[in-house]
Amino acid sequence: MPLLPAAVPLSWYLLLSAVLFSLGVAGFLFRKNIITVFMSIELMLNAVNLSFIAFSYHLKQVDGQIFSFFVMVVAAAEAAVGLGIILTVYKNRSTLEIDEIDSMKN
Amino acid sequence: MHQLWLIPVFPLAGFAINGLIGRKSGKNVVNAVAIGSVLLSFLWVLKALSAMGMFGAGMPEEAHVERYFTWIQSGTLNVGFDFAVDRLSAVMLLVVTGIGLLIHVYATGYMAHEGGYYRFFSYLNLFMFFMLILVLAANYLILFIGWEGVGLCSYLLIGFYFDKQFAADAGKKAFIVNRVGDFGYSLAIFLIVINFGSLDFGKVFEAAKAMPVDQGAGIFTAICLLFFVGAAGKSAQIPLYVWLPDAMAGPTPVSALIHAATMVTAGVYMIARSSSLFVHAPIAMDVVAIVGLATAVMAATIGLVQNDIKKVFAYSTVSQLGFMFLALGSGAFAAGMFHVVTHAFFKALLFLGAGSVIHAVGGEQDLRKMGGLRSKIPITFWTIVCAALAISGVPFTSGAASKDEILIAAFHHAPWMYWVGVITAGMTAFYVFRSVFMAFFGTYRGKAHPHESPLTMTGPLMILAVLSLAGGFLPIPHFLEPMFPKVLEESEKWLEYTAVASGLLGISLAYLFYVARPSLADAASKHFNGLHKLLYHKYYVDEAYDATVVEPIVQGSRSVLWKGFDIGIIDGIVNGIGHRAMNIGGTLRRLQSGNIRSYAAWVVLGSIAVILAMGLTGSIR
Repeated sequence: MPLLPAAVPLSWYLLLSAVLFSLGVAGFLFRKNIITVFMSIELMLNAVNLSFIAFSYHLKQVDGQIFSFFVMVVAAAEAAVGLGIILTVYKNRSTLEIDEIDSMKN
Repeated sequence: MHQLWLIPVFPLAGFAINGLIGRKSGKNVVNAVAIGSVLLSFLWVLKALSAMGMFGAGMPEEAHVERYFTWIQSGTLNVGFDFAVDRLSAVMLLVVTGIGLLIHVYATGYMAHEGGYYRFFSYLNLFMFFMLILVLAANYLILFIGWEGVGLCSYLLIGFYFDKQFAADAGKKAFIVNRVGDFGYSLAIFLIVINFGSLDFGKVFEAAKAMPVDQGAGIFTAICLLFFVGAAGKSAQIPLYVWLPDAMAGPTPVSALIHAATMVTAGVYMIARSSSLFVHAPIAMDVVAIVGLATAVMAATIGLVQNDIKKVFAYSTVSQLGFMFLALGSGAFAAGMFHVVTHAFFKALLFLGAGSVIHAVGGEQDLRKMGGLRSKIPITFWTIVCAALAISGVPFTSGAASKDEILIAAFHHAPWMYWVGVITAGMTAFYVFRSVFMAFFGTYRGKAHPHESPLTMTGPLMILAVLSLAGGFLPIPHFLEPMFPKVLEESEKWLEYTAVASGLLGISLAYLFYVARPSLADAASKHFNGLHKLLYHKYYVDEAYDATVVEPIVQGSRSVLWKGFDIGIIDGIVNGIGHRAMNIGGTLRRLQSGNIRSYAAWVVLGSIAVILAMGLTGSIR
């Protein structure tokens, strides 16, 4: 007795994961606010998590779930560091416009 | 064993001590070390030679060889670090250490007021070391060590006053011209290794004797001609003589020791040493004789009109070396070596006397600014006269004995050589007495206050004067006879008389021109203006060499090697790589816009490209 109805095949999950990932990429590329960009990164990570879990269930292997835990841990750490950096950037430059933070140019 | 190695080691130790601590220690210490080391070396030569029976029972005809260690072992070639003494090197040893000792003593007086005192004496000791190595060598390679070493010391001492441009240039000239000769010498060594498989004098000469003459004629001629190229460089023969007159830029004791008495006779010694090879190469012998004679004539004619006292004696040295080569080329090796010895006496004396004159008149070398010094520096005057008599071949002096032997040998070789030699001997007498008369007779034309030199300088002068007069009675030709192939000895008396008459005629002409009727000299030089100019400018040989050799090399180096190859290719490659890296970096720099979103876009594009590539190559299953 499968946990999910048979009407939801693997490809749906992968499709959803791909859509979420593409949304994350698009948000990363086209949004100007750093916080939004940051959220887009989280979205991409979780899109990947989704495909890990889906594969794990489909292949009846636990590796994918372990991987997704790893990704969550890294994402949490990254969120802490990233938010800290964003805060410092705002304090120093009083802007969160991503195009204005280009002191590494050339 | 006679511990021959001690002979060169004493001066080497003197060089090391003076070179290392001479600057700090006083002049007395430098003097003691410099003279003491040469004295010890001289005494050891005497001891070793008397132990071999040179002064008593008579020396054995075979060489006494001392083997110290194997230096080079390569295939069948075995070169040992060996010293040897036979009759030939015994004579040279005595000349080098004996004259060297006298000149060291003289130099302590002459150099007393000069800077770089310790440097001078350490170089001089180093020269003695290398010269003794050269003389003691038992094979061609050890000889080459000494050969190059004396060249180095010659360079260092010519350029002793290195803050003067002409002295530095003269040193360089000597060194570079000698390179040409050394190249010939090294080629000769290679040929000997190839053909005889050994470099030891004994083995090479044995093999040479065993080789059939007609079979080895070409090889012998090639080796001997190459040896002569080397000798022409070291002993200042045409066409490589140009360095020796310039070498007079060095201090006068150096001119006496290195550029008159010892080093420049190394070429003569080397050819006499190789006489077993030369007798198989009649063509090479003829070349030696003709080049020697031509050099003698050419240098003597130049010497006729020079006004620098040292230049006159320098050309005289070139000319006398030419006589020695004439003797060698005529097959009279013993006569040539005899002239080496007597020439060492009287030419060292001439130079030391000239040094004493220069010292007396405060550094002036121009004969036209001397004159009337006869009464002011009598010891110098009388000793120089002794040397001048000897070089002119006045009977019973040393020069007469050796020069007559050379001329007689030349007569038996080819009579025309004798006549040219006789005329040259007359010119020799003329130019030497011309400088004597110009310096010592008439009235003083300079500004300094001439004073006689100290005893350290006049002492060696007097000893050399005795040797110049009496050196002809040394039985050197007889002593050397067993070393060399026999020459027929049927001298006719008139040959000697003609040679002597020519010398006396030269002296009287010089007296006529420069003492009795001084106006005649000016008149003659005006009358033969073109000739005088040609001689005064030394046949424009230096200019010709400049135009044909020096300038093309300099210009070629500058335009092709420097501006073309070095700047164009070497620098071009290095700078080109740098520029290319900068260009690529400049292009890539634009990628780093500082815009995070463009980075991200590149990452996305890159990922897509990688995935596409993997898909296309089939890495994704």
